[in-house]
Amino acid sequence: MEIIIPTINLASIYPEIVVTIFAVIVLLLHAFTPHHSPGGAGKGGDHLGYISFIGIAYATFLVFTQEGGTEYSFNGLWILDNYSRFFRLIFLLGTGLTILISVKYVKDEGINHGEYYSLILFATVGMMIMGGGADLITIFLGLELMSISLYVLAGYTRNRLTSNESSLKYFLLGSFATGFLLYGIALLYGATGTTNLKGISGFISESNFGNPILIMGMVLLVVGFGFKIASVPFHMWTPDVYEGAPSPITAFMSAGPKAAAFAAFARVFFEGLPSLQGVWVDLIWILAVLTMTVGNVIALVQNNIKRMLAYSSIAHAGYVLVAFVSANELGIGGILYYMLAYTFMNIGAFGIIIVVGGKGEKRVNVDDYTGLAYRHPVAAATMSLFLFSLAGIPPTAGFMGKFYIFSAAIKSGYIGLAIIGVINSVVSVYYYLRITVAMYMKEPESAVSGAESMPSLVFSTAMIIAMVIAAYGVLRMGIFPSAYIALAQQSHLSF
Amino acid sequence: MVPLNHYLYLSAILFTIGAVGVFTRRNALIIYMCIELMLNAVNLTFIAFSKFLNNMDGHIFAFMIMTVAAAEAAVGLAIILAIFRNRETVNVDDINLMKG
Repeated sequence: MEIIIPTINLASIYPEIVVTIFAVIVLLLHAFTPHHSPGGAGKGGDHLGYISFIGIAYATFLVFTQEGGTEYSFNGLWILDNYSRFFRLIFLLGTGLTILISVKYVKDEGINHGEYYSLILFATVGMMIMGGGADLITIFLGLELMSISLYVLAGYTRNRLTSNESSLKYFLLGSFATGFLLYGIALLYGATGTTNLKGISGFISESNFGNPILIMGMVLLVVGFGFKIASVPFHMWTPDVYEGAPSPITAFMSAGPKAAAFAAFARVFFEGLPSLQGVWVDLIWILAVLTMTVGNVIALVQNNIKRMLAYSSIAHAGYVLVAFVSANELGIGGILYYMLAYTFMNIGAFGIIIVVGGKGEKRVNVDDYTGLAYRHPVAAATMSLFLFSLAGIPPTAGFMGKFYIFSAAIKSGYIGLAIIGVINSVVSVYYYLRITVAMYMKEPESAVSGAESMPSLVFSTAMIIAMVIAAYGVLRMGIFPSAYIALAQQSHLSF
Repeated sequence: MVPLNHYLYLSAILFTIGAVGVFTRRNALIIYMCIELMLNAVNLTFIAFSKFLNNMDGHIFAFMIMTVAAAEAAVGLAIILAIFRNRETVNVDDINLMKG
């Protein structure tokens, strides 16, 4: 029997290796640092966060220095192309911002452990593997590495009941969804005899693709990925998980893992199942309409701001699905551009939520934002910028992203879908502006009733840096989008 | 030899039992057992296809699923333990602080 030694190209996974090494370093550093006082574990310095940040920065640098072009390695399990490079940058950006907004939060909550940062970094590795997997095995392993880390992170404040609950719900529904995804993969494997995406698409294009097992497998994959991207009707876990999880983790989950799920979703469907496009486009069309509409309508009545942004995040997944349905080069570029913009604006908004929430996340209702502009004009202005961007008001990144997505839909002839999307976008303005109105147009409660005034907001240095980066990103992508659009268009998948 | 379809029907039935159990049972541990049943049904599908296609990829995948399921069990039981310490219940109907 001939033994084939696969090409092992470590250079193509340098960023992943670096992030993994830093995850282990942070873990060990915390274990080997003496904790003097009892309970001192929560009172460590900021160094763990900054070391993790250095790791992320170094990995980002490595992604930029990797050579261009499309390259398969590890026996076809791994692909390095512009698409995976672009997604890695989104993941690393999301993780970097999350680490910066976490630094003060973890100290306040007494969870300043190495495990916290280590799990975030491992989740990032998982996402990067999802973005670069060219085989269903790789994608599945990346997905699980990411999900298992997130189950723990959602319950990280383990004495808080809502955090426990969020973690349990995420875990049960997440592994339930994994079951569907795996069954879909198994049927796809049975129908085509391979788990390699190129192999699958090659097999389908040269045989008849009316095989019911194949169609069944594809539908189960839509269900599995639908759970991971939180599309309606598979969204039930999202509001509870986002509300209960620690705020920096909510910010993290809504940006990186969602982008990673989209990365794998698009890769599997555009590279593995392009011949079945006629079937899945209709399915995803329905998902897109439901996701946008239900997300936006339920968000209208929420009072808890984290829960509101959870529904808003569902609605944004719907907009990205519109780009998915368009299924042209503009559409893939739209997914990339929108996920990048969403990372900036959503993590930015959560940064302000963390600052306003204060220790123990006590102020997370819309009413708590009343009169914020009178007390902290900068915080209110920054929050408004991110909310305008989420609502899609120019000149912000959110506007350009939506413009791009809806023009992709119109170009592909999905005019009805684009109209539904624009109407939804208008609906969403109501609940985003509700927060802005509370901040600017209402007097602070204490001025009226003389009650206890709002405590002053404390911005740590790391938080200020994160907010500046996020605000810069939102404005830059909104005012000078051409460079980013060009980058996104270069990164589309080959059909 | 037992034909392929028998294996597929069996695994489909096991998967359905698991999925229905997730919705009908109220104890978090039992729900988790139902999820494990679903994963094992998938393993059976993989092994059956692997055998009939004469291709080893399915075996590899089944091993990967087992490994991941073990990791998931470790995390899942820890989460259930954490919630039991705080609430003294693992009934998912009682774990309903957040609604809307």
